[in-house]
Amino acid sequence: MTADDVILQVKGLTAEYGAAPVLQEVDLTVRAGTIAAVLGANGAGKTTLLRTLSGLVKPSGGEIVYSGQPLLGVPVEQLVRRGMAHVPEGRGVVAELTVDENLRLGGLWRRDRGDAAKALTEVYELFEPLAQRRRSAGHQLSGGERQMLALGRALVARPKLLLLDEPSLGLAPRVIAQIMALLRQLRDTTGLTVLLVEQNVRSALSVADEAVVMSLGRIVTATSADRLRDDEELRHAYLGF
Amino acid sequence: MSEQTVTPAAPATAPAPRRALALPGFLSRSTLLRHLLLTVLAGVVLYLLTQQLDPFRNFQLATVAAYLCATAGLTLLVGMNGQLSLGHGALMAVGAYTVALTQNALADRGITGNQVLPLSLALGVLVTMAAGAVIGLAAARLRGPYLAGVTLAVAIAVPAATVTFDEVFNSEQGLSVAVEPPPLSLGRYFPNERWQAWVALCGALLTMLLLANLVRSRVGRNLRAVRDDEVAARLSGIHVARTQVLAFVVSAASAGLGGGLMALLAQSVSPGAFSLTLSLFLLMAVVIGGLGSLSGAVWGAILLVALPDLTHDSTLLVSLSPAAAQRLEGNLPLAVFGLTLIVVMIAAPGGVQGLLRRIGARARRRVPAR
Amino acid sequence: MDRFVFLTFDGLSKGAVLAAFALALVLIWRAARIVNFAQGAMAVAAAYAGYSVTTATGSYWLGFAAALLGGLLIGVVVERAVMRFVDHASPLSEVIVALGLVLVLQAVLGMVYGNEFLPAGTPFSRTALSVGDVPLLSRYDLFVFGAVLLVLVGLALLFTRTSVGLRMRASAFAPEVSRLLGVNVGGMLTLGWALASAVGALAALLVIPTELGLHPHAMDLVFVSAFTAAVVGGLDSPPGAVVGGLTVGLILSYVSGYLGSDVTPMAVLVLLLAVLLVRPGGLFSSTVARQA
Repeated sequence: MTADDVILQVKGLTAEYGAAPVLQEVDLTVRAGTIAAVLGANGAGKTTLLRTLSGLVKPSGGEIVYSGQPLLGVPVEQLVRRGMAHVPEGRGVVAELTVDENLRLGGLWRRDRGDAAKALTEVYELFEPLAQRRRSAGHQLSGGERQMLALGRALVARPKLLLLDEPSLGLAPRVIAQIMALLRQLRDTTGLTVLLVEQNVRSALSVADEAVVMSLGRIVTATSADRLRDDEELRHAYLGF
Repeated sequence: MSEQTVTPAAPATAPAPRRALALPGFLSRSTLLRHLLLTVLAGVVLYLLTQQLDPFRNFQLATVAAYLCATAGLTLLVGMNGQLSLGHGALMAVGAYTVALTQNALADRGITGNQVLPLSLALGVLVTMAAGAVIGLAAARLRGPYLAGVTLAVAIAVPAATVTFDEVFNSEQGLSVAVEPPPLSLGRYFPNERWQAWVALCGALLTMLLLANLVRSRVGRNLRAVRDDEVAARLSGIHVARTQVLAFVVSAASAGLGGGLMALLAQSVSPGAFSLTLSLFLLMAVVIGGLGSLSGAVWGAILLVALPDLTHDSTLLVSLSPAAAQRLEGNLPLAVFGLTLIVVMIAAPGGVQGLLRRIGARARRRVPAR
Repeated sequence: MDRFVFLTFDGLSKGAVLAAFALALVLIWRAARIVNFAQGAMAVAAAYAGYSVTTATGSYWLGFAAALLGGLLIGVVVERAVMRFVDHASPLSEVIVALGLVLVLQAVLGMVYGNEFLPAGTPFSRTALSVGDVPLLSRYDLFVFGAVLLVLVGLALLFTRTSVGLRMRASAFAPEVSRLLGVNVGGMLTLGWALASAVGALAALLVIPTELGLHPHAMDLVFVSAFTAAVVGGLDSPPGAVVGGLTVGLILSYVSGYLGSDVTPMAVLVLLLAVLLVRPGGLFSSTVARQA
């Protein structure tokens, strides 16, 4: 792979929560236009990795290079302007705001008001159910609708890199499949890069190109998703099934 | 308080209380003994001090003692029990007016003698306790800013009540308080200020002794358990509301005694002396002194007397027109108090005492790291 | 009966001011989960700034503008220089710091302007216009209603119709998510304080001429009354603050009209206690579940 291909390069990333280490020397390389899955058990540090990447957690060591630029020290609210979107754990739908307000919030930072409006229309076309519930408050939505809203709100920003935390949590298998299919479609049509944190290994591996497995704050293996899916021994060793 | 004797010590409230239980009787008695000894010792030192001080300083010492009653009670409430009161100035007013009215009523009936002072002070404490119980009952159902708002309303309503019931309280002018001179047995020319200091110090020492024992008792542990985690306290069998009301009543009693002593010292009471500013001053004093311990209340009380004095001296250093000097003198202590309060809350939430502890801890942590 | 009608209109006029002041409290509560106990002192400071400008220029309106601008600035400074650094772990610390601010502001005002009541003028006559034989409203009362209404409508439009309003609401409800979406949450918080402080300043400007005049403590009782109004409305609800303000204004007007003005502080205390003990959540508390 060439250096141009790499959209995100993480080296030796370390973070603590109080005195307890939650990320230890994490190295990670994500190529542009791919879906990379971060797998692992509860408490392995997956969510912390995403939160550190977007600046919500201050790391104690290591470096993050995004699109050739160092990312550490960049304020959280600047990241979306650089093409990075983070759909946090629990989706982060603002319960008190309507669907339309939530979506508009995703594009408020943009100078190009015309394209922001266009992106909003596209999201409504992409997620038909949201268009029918524009005026509903966030807390009135179903789990699947919330996930659509969170994803749609991230897409309004037209990101290059999407950090996605547990999109399948609490959703019916049919809905999960739809979301995974959508991710694949976005990768293929817009060249979106996705860093996908998942506990639902099967779903994640069904769309991912690459996969890393985390355990106790470390990356224990990094390989292609195909290999992890097909190599029973490997799967057994790292994922336990 | 019946269930507090039935309930075993809460396992949630750390191992320290359990150890105290394991050594029953003797240890708690020796705590009492230690506090008694300390009180007697402080009494002797202060007695010697009053012999040395000039009348003005003795009067200041008496004022510190009166304030100390109120700040100690407030420390118990805010620091140990986590209930904020902006109305302790008003509670002091309740004590002060009760003492004033009692003193005057007794004097009108020609009743004199040694029993008058203790009687009127005790009455002042009782009436303030009743007022504290009323506020405390409401307070036990309120939290954080809501409680602060209610006590703020108390601080504003009580001085106004003196105007509404002006035939009793004589409105803004207030009442003068009939106080007998020092007992003749002390000698004909015994300085009145030294006598005042003795009376006030007796009250303050008694308050500190009782509060210190309360803090170390199971009731004290319950107070802190409720402050730290209401749910955990409730689960371990503590009656949260009752504990909070109790804290308010005890705190009010102390404030009432402080107010009563103030009335005796000033020999007059007026609403202006117990304004909202006094309530804020008291709170400021205990925060700056340190909310964690009763000794913080001592620092706070000293500060309340010393700081206006210091700012008074410093305004004398600059030459100003009389009007400007008067403005500065009245307001500079407030500004200094307020600023200190903000800085302490932001930089050192533990107050003077906590700051010292934190510096110590940091120094210790740094050594093994290298 | 005439007296009752007069007191009703007077109460509504007082209530309008309380509504504005309560609304300022609600604004900060929604933005930062802080009951700003310093709001009275901040508003008085702004009113004094307006007084200075009016005295210097002879124009009420220049002073009026200066006070509103002063209110904005005081809000910015208080948030940026003080409140931002307070540990939010305990609600006690915010209240205590705000009280420290009260002491400082009132002391500085006392040093600069003195602790006497200063006369505060009005732009319109305060003599009540009569309908038939019944005195109803003065021109000044109409001005008060107009000013408060303008602020209410302005704030409602700001919050529901503009992107800044959307940012402010999002920052208040979900600060972390808002940052991820590129919202300058810190800036929105400062803006919230500035707006609230300016609304508080307006309330002070409107109410002070109807009371004893300008004084460092002029807003103490108004603050407690407005806090009561905000609690009646539920602290979280802007429409609740308005209804609460008008209700408290009416009650206080009847109390002071029939029982005497010195009873007002006690009436406020009783009212506040009654509301808190009967309906702790307020009469208009929204029960929207907090889900991220």
